[in-house]
Amino acid sequence: MMDRYSPLQMVGIYLCLAVFLTFILLPFVEMFMASLRPLEHLFRSPYQFWSDDFSFEAYSKMWDTVPLLGRYIFNSVFISTAVTLITMILVIPAAYAFARLDFPYKNATLGMFLGVNMFTGAVLLIPLYRVLQSLGLLNSYWAMIIPGVAFLIPTGIWLLRSYLEKIPRELEEAAYVDGASRIYILRRVVLPLAIPGLIVVGVAVFIGAYAQQFLFAITFNQTREYQPLPAGIFEFIGYQSVTWNEMMAAALVGVLPVMLIFLFLQKYLVAGLTAGAIKE
Amino acid sequence: MSQSTGQFGATSLKSSPLKSPRISPAFFAWLLVAPALLFILVIVAWPLLETFRLSFTNARLGGESYVGLENYEKLLEKRKFHQTIYRTFYWMFLSVSLKLILGLIGASLLNAAVPGKALFRVLVMPPWVIPIAIGCIGWLWLYNGYFGILSGTAQWLGLIDGPFEFLAHKKSAFYSAVVTDVWVGTPMVTLFFLAAMQGVSRDLYEAAWVDGAGRWYRFRRITIPQIMPVIVSMMLLSAIWTFNSFEVIWILTEGGPRSASTTLIIDTYKTAIGNYKFGEGAARAVIIVILLSIFSLIYLFFLNKVNKIYGSK
Repeated sequence: MMDRYSPLQMVGIYLCLAVFLTFILLPFVEMFMASLRPLEHLFRSPYQFWSDDFSFEAYSKMWDTVPLLGRYIFNSVFISTAVTLITMILVIPAAYAFARLDFPYKNATLGMFLGVNMFTGAVLLIPLYRVLQSLGLLNSYWAMIIPGVAFLIPTGIWLLRSYLEKIPRELEEAAYVDGASRIYILRRVVLPLAIPGLIVVGVAVFIGAYAQQFLFAITFNQTREYQPLPAGIFEFIGYQSVTWNEMMAAALVGVLPVMLIFLFLQKYLVAGLTAGAIKE
Repeated sequence: MSQSTGQFGATSLKSSPLKSPRISPAFFAWLLVAPALLFILVIVAWPLLETFRLSFTNARLGGESYVGLENYEKLLEKRKFHQTIYRTFYWMFLSVSLKLILGLIGASLLNAAVPGKALFRVLVMPPWVIPIAIGCIGWLWLYNGYFGILSGTAQWLGLIDGPFEFLAHKKSAFYSAVVTDVWVGTPMVTLFFLAAMQGVSRDLYEAAWVDGAGRWYRFRRITIPQIMPVIVSMMLLSAIWTFNSFEVIWILTEGGPRSASTTLIIDTYKTAIGNYKFGEGAARAVIIVILLSIFSLIYLFFLNKVNKIYGSK
């Protein structure tokens, strides 16, 4: 058949795949290798590909070098969870309205939401800094949660809207005929049906929130206790020395929460996120 | 919906315990959209307007006063700013083209019917999922002259005599940042292309195959035209994200050495947040907004064309 490859073609495909995946995974491999080497061996010259004394020491010592490390990881998860909850509360009704109801300026409003995706926080940092300052929210969790929510609302609406559009209308109409109120229909008919979609969108928002913390954290928050991991991890770069091996270990441990969530749900996530690509 | 409410429905409405005062659908819709809209207005739209206003002032930590177009005039005269603009476009051009090319190659490879493809698909995703800042720590290490595997391998191969610090030289720092940015963006582009390729009808390929068309011909004449709308979307989205890319450059080089990797975003951040020159920073931010709007218009124009030529199903 047309999908069959000759042995030579197979070798070629696997070779190219190997090169491609090496590029993608090299930083992770390198981080892992560095985390296993004792500090003094990291600085050996000439460069050694293999050390004879790999150990997991860095994974236990890192908690002492940066005592707040556990806190940073907690902060990352906490901020992302808060961002996800608030975003979903705002996104669910809006996405429903865009998917099902007709109202004046619907397309213009949707366009405006999507327009937000064009900017990163960097463009708005200056006034945002002053807004948060005047609200007294600088150097708090809110300083990272509020901008985080704002930049994830558009994506959330977009993803959830296309999911809700696929739910058959008949069920809602039946409930409406039976006299259910609009809010009741949304809560008792639409939301239960949309649970798979809500999970996909929720996880996508969570991953997005986990990924975008750095800029807001270094700009709006100076309080070490509230710092998320992507910002706090740079504490391993001390004034005297950099404990690189522990920094690598901490980085790998720090991405574990999102990686685990992702691995379990990757099939649904990728399908949900790329749905737009197939629909075209 | 209300049209489908017949005689029977109308009576049951009255007797239902769930009934509520009927409000107009439009009003209800606005009620649902309002919270999200309000949030965006306060946190995005208002600061955006405020950025415009600030760009006409000399706002600093102490206070501000109106200075007219002075900030813009200063920028237009600055040779350094011209270089930054030029560098930003070069950065965008390089990074976006590489992302699209690698994405196409990667998606084609992952789309090939070979054993193990499900595993390979998962292995491509990590850079997309993890925080960019964390991924960049790995790259910091890779680029290190003494301990990184890149310099190590190059020495072992005899390409260089001693350790080479990728981030310490003007040219290599810029290109290193490009490579890392490509690394960050490629997985998403790859997965979108892959999804699009899987959506192409098999009948087309089979018909071409029966006619004796080779793989390359089928790729060029079927795959590419069929996924063209997605290619165009990805091109613009990548362009916007690459233009806005902050973390990669900030963590790797902070825009250095000697501004060699300073793009517009980095320049804006340094001016406004680093030096507290809010007014001058705002003028740069406004220029960014204008450029981004132009990209979007170009995108909409092309998307329309593409949809006309290739037809959107």
